[in-house]
Formats: sequence, C-alpha cells, structure tokens
Amino acid sequence: MARITLSSSLAPFTDGVLDLELEVGNVRQLFQALGERYPELRAHLEAGLAVAIDGEIYQDALLQPIAHDSDVILITKIAGG
Amino acid sequence: MALNHVSATVNGDRVEFLCETGHTLLEALRDELRLTGTKEGCGTGDCGACSVIVDGRLLCSCLMLAVEAEGKSIQTIEGMATGESLHPLQRKFIEHAALQCGICTPGILIAARSLLERNQNPTESEVRYWLAGNLCRCTGYHKIVEAVLDAAREMRGG
Amino acid sequence: MSTMLKYQEKELKIVGTRPLRPDGVDKVTGRARFGADYNLPGQLIGKVLRSPHAHARIKAIDTSAARVLPGVKAVVTRDDFAEMPDEYAAVGEMMINFRDVTRNMMAREKALYDGHPVAAVAATSESVAREALALIKVEYEVLPHVIDVVEAMQPGAPLLHEDQYTLGVKPKPDHPSNVAKRLEFGRGDVVAGFKEADLIVEREFNTKPVHQGYIEPQACLASYSEDGQAELWTSTQGHFVFRAQCAKVLQMDVSKIRVTPTEIGGGFGGKNNIYNEALAIALSRKSHRPVKMVMTREEVFRATGPTSGANVKVRIGCTRDGKITAAEAELNFQAGAFPGSPVAQASMCAFTRYDLANVRVVGNDVTVNRPKVAAYRAPGAPIAVFGVESVIDEMAKKLGIDPIEFRLKNAAREGTQTYYGPKLGPIGYVQTLEQARAHPHYSAPLGPNQGRGIATGFWFNIGNETTCSLNLQEDGSLTLVLGTVDVAGGSRAAMAMMVAEELGIDYESVSAIVGDTSTLGFNFLTAGSRSTFASGMACVIASRQVIEKLRQRAAKIREVPLEAVAWKDGHARPAGGDVAQFAPMSLAEIAKMAGKTGGAIAGHAEINAQGAGPGFGVHIVDVEVDRQTGSISILRYTVVQDVGKAIHPAYVEGQLQGGAVQGIGWALNEEYVYGDDGVLQNPGFLDYRVPVASDVPFIDTVIVEVPNPNHPYGVRGCGEVPIIAPMAAIANAVENAIGLRLCEQPLSPPRVLKAIDDAAAAKG
Repeated sequence: MARITLSSSLAPFTDGVLDLELEVGNVRQLFQALGERYPELRAHLEAGLAVAIDGEIYQDALLQPIAHDSDVILITKIAGG
Repeated sequence: MALNHVSATVNGDRVEFLCETGHTLLEALRDELRLTGTKEGCGTGDCGACSVIVDGRLLCSCLMLAVEAEGKSIQTIEGMATGESLHPLQRKFIEHAALQCGICTPGILIAARSLLERNQNPTESEVRYWLAGNLCRCTGYHKIVEAVLDAAREMRGG
Repeated sequence: MSTMLKYQEKELKIVGTRPLRPDGVDKVTGRARFGADYNLPGQLIGKVLRSPHAHARIKAIDTSAARVLPGVKAVVTRDDFAEMPDEYAAVGEMMINFRDVTRNMMAREKALYDGHPVAAVAATSESVAREALALIKVEYEVLPHVIDVVEAMQPGAPLLHEDQYTLGVKPKPDHPSNVAKRLEFGRGDVVAGFKEADLIVEREFNTKPVHQGYIEPQACLASYSEDGQAELWTSTQGHFVFRAQCAKVLQMDVSKIRVTPTEIGGGFGGKNNIYNEALAIALSRKSHRPVKMVMTREEVFRATGPTSGANVKVRIGCTRDGKITAAEAELNFQAGAFPGSPVAQASMCAFTRYDLANVRVVGNDVTVNRPKVAAYRAPGAPIAVFGVESVIDEMAKKLGIDPIEFRLKNAAREGTQTYYGPKLGPIGYVQTLEQARAHPHYSAPLGPNQGRGIATGFWFNIGNETTCSLNLQEDGSLTLVLGTVDVAGGSRAAMAMMVAEELGIDYESVSAIVGDTSTLGFNFLTAGSRSTFASGMACVIASRQVIEKLRQRAAKIREVPLEAVAWKDGHARPAGGDVAQFAPMSLAEIAKMAGKTGGAIAGHAEINAQGAGPGFGVHIVDVEVDRQTGSISILRYTVVQDVGKAIHPAYVEGQLQGGAVQGIGWALNEEYVYGDDGVLQNPGFLDYRVPVASDVPFIDTVIVEVPNPNHPYGVRGCGEVPIIAPMAAIANAVENAIGLRLCEQPLSPPRVLKAIDDAAAAKG
C-alpha cells in the first residue's frame, strides 16, 4: 500500500483526514480513488494538484507510476508569472 | 474630416503623408510611414519609448502633433545605423546584453545618442539622469548604463 | 522516454559563455516586430467601451446608434458571447473557470471594476471607433463597491458574487461572502511552539496592488476567414494557452485558430491571460475584415491584471539563541473581480526558507472591485515575504544576533520537511547566505541616516508541457523551433547554446525561432521560471535524438556497425578500441547526403518536464533616508542567488538585476490609488511611479550554482526569485537607518515622513 499524505490545505475536503494508505498504481488511479472516497475533494483534483512521489514533485503527470511502498504527498499546483 | 498634408525629412529621406489634425507624430511615423521602430508605451510622454530627434532636439513623438512636423528633419531608430554598420551604441547594447525584451531599446538608443552628441564623457550619474525619461522594466538599467559608458569610451577613441 | 534527464557534470565549451543573442540586431535597429507593429491590408481598429463604475448591474446596452455610424463595421456585447457554466475546463492541461474568463473579457450581469469591458467596436479608424464608443448607451444600476481587502472580508460588505460561498470552510457557510476560498497549511503544534519561545514578535503589514509594468501595452491583430479559421498575432507569454482560451470562449475548435506570438515587450505574468484577443476575433468574424486592437496605457492599468494588495499578519517565536520554535501567518489577498489570487503560493512560500517544526499559515482569497489579479513574477511571494522577513529581522535585532547568522541557524537545507508537503531536494540556500555574508558589501562602512538590510527569497520554479523541433538543414546548419515564448530575449540564445553544446558544433550554426501554434504540440506559458529548464530539457532530448540518427546514418553511409560510431565534437568518429575504423564524417557532410540516404534528419521532443529545482536568493541593500522629505535612496544593492547553472551568465545577471529593480519599485513607490468612487486615480506612468535609471545604482550579482539534479545542465529557473526579497530588505535597511519599522507598502516619502513625525511626536 502506498502511503498518501495530503497537504494540510486539503483537510476541509476530507474531514481532516490527511494520512491514508491506498493501493494505486499511478497518479490517475490515486486521483480516482481519492475522488471516490472524498467527493468534495474531486473538484480540487480536477483543478490541479501536484504530487510528490518519493521526494520528486510531479505536475500533470497522470501516468507517473506509484510503487506499492511509495510515499506520496499531494500539494497545490504551482504556477508562475 | 479633411486630412492634412505634411512634408518632412525622415532619416534623410523626403517624405509626405496625410494625417488627421489630432494625430501625433508618433502615430504618423508608425501608421502612415510604417516606421514601427518607434514605440508607444504610454502616449503621454512619461515612458520615452517614442523618443525621436526633431531638428536636433530629443523629444517624445507622442507629445508632438504630426502637423507640426511640416518642414522639419526627424531622426528615428531606423536611421541610426549607417548602411551595414551599427552605431557603436547599438553594438555595445548587444555586447553588454543591455536589452531583454527590447521594447524600450529604440527610445533609449535615440536618447543615449543624443547625450553622447552633447557630452562625450558623461559620468554614470549623468547617464542615469539623462536616461531618466526612458523607462525600462526588464533590465534594472544596469547593463544599459554600462553599455552607454562603454560606447562613449569607444567613441572617444579609448 | 523519461523526461527527467539527470544532471551530468562535464566539461563545457559553450554553456556558461556569453555569445551574442540571435534577435539582438533586429531589436537595436527597430526592425523587430512587437504586437502593435503588425498590420494587414483592410484592417479595422477595435476599441473597447469600459465601465466607469467600480460596481454596477448592467441593465441594458443600446448599440443602435454606434452600429450605423459611417465607418463602423462591427459591434459586440455580452450577447455575442456564449454563457459559460461555473466549472473548470482544460486549457491544454491547465484548469480554468471559464465562467470567469468570459466575464472578465466582457461583463455579463455586472460591471465589477472601473475599466471592465462592456462592449467593443471595430471601425475604419481609431477616431471613428472612439466616436462609436461614445454613441453606445449603457444603463447601469450603480452599486456600493469595496476594494480594501479587510473591508471586503467583513460581514455586510458589498458583495460581488451573490452565489459565492467560501470554499474550504466546514460546515459550508450559509451566507455568501467576498472570501472565495480559505486555505490552511500547517505542521506540528504552533501553540506548544509559542509556549517554548523566549521572544515572540507579531506584526501586521498592508500592501497595495501593483502592476507588472511592462512597457508594451497589450496588442493583437485578428483575421477571421469565412471558412471558420482565424489567425491571431498577439503579444503573449503563451500562444498555446491563448489559443485554448480563445477557442473555448468563442466555441471554436482549437485547431481552427493559429496564434503567432509576436516579440513581447515585457510580460512578467501579466500577459498570461487573454484580454482583447477573443474580442478581436469576434469583431473580425462579424466585420469580415482583420481587426487590430492595441490597449492604451490607461487601459493597461485600469483593466489588465495588477497583483493583489494584501493584509498580512505574521507572528514568530524563537528561543533567546535564535532558534525559531513557532511561526504563524494570516494572508488576506485581493483576488480582484473574480477568485484566483496567488494566496496559496504565497502561503507556501512564506516560511519555506526555514526548517520549522511548528507552522500555521491561513490564506484568504477575497473578491473585490478592482481588476482580476494576474500573475506577477513569483506571484504572492514578495507580499508574504515582506511580512515574514521583516519579522525575522526584528527578532534577530532584538536578540543581538547578526541577521544572516539568525537565518543560517534556521535555514532550510536538503531534506528539510516543508510545511506544505514534500521535503526539499538539493538546494543552495545556505550557500547564498554564506556568500552574502562574505561579500564586501556586507561589511562596508555606513554613514548617518544610512542603514543596511538583508532579506531572502524562495520560489518553487516549474516545468510543465513543452515541445520543440530540431531540423538539420542540407548545409549542416540547424533550425530549432521552440514553443516557449522568448520573453526576455535571451532564451533563443540559451536553447541554441545547449543544442550546440550537445552536438559539439558552433553556436552560430543553430538558428532558434519561436514557432506559431500550428508548428508544434502544446507548450505551457513562459512563466514560473520554466523556460530555460523545461524548453532546455526538450532541446537536449531533441538534440540527443538527432545525434542517434546521425550515428545511424553515418554507420549506413560508411557501412560499419552502429556500435562503431561515436559522436564527438560535431563529427561521427570511430568509437575506439576494437571497432571498425572509418573516415569521420562532419555534421555538414552527413547533412549534405541526408536526402539521398533516407531523408532529412530531425529530432523533436514532447514532454511534461518534471523535476524543476527551487531557487533561493539573498539580497543586501544600503539605503539613506532623508529625514526632511521621507525620501529613501538606494545606495548599494547586491543580489546573491542560486540558479543551478547559468547557461548564459549575462542573461541570468539581467534577470537578477531586473527582478531586483521591480522589487525596489514595489518597495518604494508603486501603488494603485483608488478614489472613494472606486475609480483608479493613477492609470499612467507619471503617477504610477516605476523606477527610472536615476533611482537605482548598479546591481551587483553573485551567481551561485548548486546544480539541479533533474536537468542535464543543472538548470534551476532564475527569473522569479529576485523580485521576492527587495521589499523586506529595504524595510529592514530603513529600520537600521532611522530606527523605525515600516509595515505599509510602499515606503513612499509621505509614509516615511509620517512615521518619522509620529515617532518624534511620541517622544516629545
């Protein structure tokens, strides 16, 4: 099971749950699983979150693999100016 | 509305154009003569992007009416290089990376050339105050001032 | 193929040197064409009618008189654009709420700011267009307005959107609010952390909206053909994003719009969004002629996207040895007419320079009656850091600890856990602090009324979707087609340098251009300090693909196995050892034969670049305060920044210097001044005071290079970090000069003078 940590800013959409474990093979499956479990989170997944997998940050990388013992963190997407 | 007929000299060439009474020299240069090297940054004489020389005097072409150009001699950025040779200022600007986006560059070059025609050995402060009427948002002015001082040095024979 | 080509240390011939840029001559001769320099035969001039009210319901719009004015060929209002639902839609891979995009482009139910577009016309000349605007009758029901962010957050404040309920609050509020979103980041236990503190400093800061200040107003030229295809030339930071936005609001297929990015006269984030573009296409569609739309400077200030004004509260606690035990901040940011301030990023940047166990940051995104915020160079970060770095400095001073020493004690390093999620990878914060401390500026003597301040900045930097194409011409030269707009003029040079380095050839043989949207796959905006990193990565991938094909072609031509062929210094050479020998072939020789030996040789890349490396910077500034006028002079300025690798050092220096001077303007003079009627009072460069050449000294730069392991040349972005620290550095310098802590931006002469006078009155 991959260890998933949500950025503290997402707490309002998961009733405060920020740490969970999920069996998912890539970022897209992770978003699907989270969207099913926390419907209020779904809109934010679509608007864009970045994902740090084992320390490396990925943005818009739906097919990025997640290993079964990965540490995954979801954070707000970054843009710039 | 009847248009006005204007005859002038631009970069050494005799030109004629038609313009509305309310048109500025900047609009006439860009829209009638299609000399788009001179830029509009503000239209109110605050940014210097429209700097040209009229009868030897540095001014903002957005603050002069096109009809006032009748019989006058105007120099724009398009006339700064001579044939294949860039003016030392133009060369130094490229060498020193004294431009980034380049929108302010024509105005600054015209203004800088005007300075060096009056003062062959300006101090850093004199360069900065002379160019205070030309806004640049990209470079922070650092490399611009370096380039002007270096061009002055070369033009003095140094 | 993995897009993350790792860093490889190697000897470099071209990367790191300072060749001349390819577009330089055109820019110094006036030949280069910016947005307003394009013209088409038969073109019309388009102009926009704008709301004179900060907040009003639009009851009716009567364009009948305008439509029949001789010379007017088309008029558009909200009726000409489709209603867009409240949902996020993809713009390429970016998600945008098009309900807001279409309304910002042209008001529908309400005018939400002074300058909000209400109608547009296309006519045979500018004067006819202006006359037509004057003939359009709009019936407004003027409403009370609110601009100040704190006022807008109060219950009972005038409401911009009756259906806006604060997101991020549980349970869902039962009243609508101007607070569009509330977010919270945190880690550990700040209450416990503050209990451990020997010293707590708490301050409140207020900043005003400021504009990116690009010297070139927005300009575009659109030509719509009756077969449903449109061409658009526009000054933009992202032609693919503009194409996507136009296609959506106009309900056209993306492939039917061809956008050519012109040379751009500055953007800094302000040209990340469409303003007139879809209006120009719609007017062209209606008039059957090309339509050119150029904003005036007044329109740029009134109706494009200045950044947020904000209210920031910071509270930090530390031990008497200077170890931070807890840090808290509340960031209330103006979003403008529609939600979307950079408060989330500001929240994530506020404290990230420090290794903190207990942090809490609350951010509020607040709609107010001023233009919708657009990005501005490290969006949000300078505002949050103004507060945080001021408080850090105050703490250091109270404890008698050197300000750089204080920051070193708490500095984030590789492996530091951030409070918004991931751990930091290899970074250069400590190195920049140490180099700043060792710099002669840091210990130079100061005179009366002079003070020195330092502050530090951090920005994430990004990668994102990027494509490019590299084509070998029949004479051995190469054409590189980039998809990232070259905003500062140096990136065509930097990309060509990386290609030349990879191929082992002269820089001059690589010709780099920016292609229009029809030439390449999707490219994200040039923003986020991404282009040298991401476009550079794409160019290296394309170069390596070309090298592979060159090896294969040489092997075929020389009739040797592929393993026998190595590529070195622009030639196919025997790989050495036991492999077959053959006469080397130059790039030009292979190119000449390419057509007859299988076809032209090219490489390309379509990536979503990951692995951008964050950047850190330290600024040192000396100021002198004139106690009679309140005027602050900048005497000396030094920027120390980790850029990973400076591909072209002169352009990196230019970014550091330019960003620092924008920050100086932000600190000293720039601000939006609204009257009680909600109308902008200073929409021009006379009264919106950006730095001029005589306001600033030379900006010394120290380039630190801690390679980003995720880029073949170690590149981190560098463009945004330099704007972050100046406000705080200058406020800290002023405090050291005259002993007064200023928390209101800008630190303009009236405010400084008032602080001096108030302090004298309090004493006397």
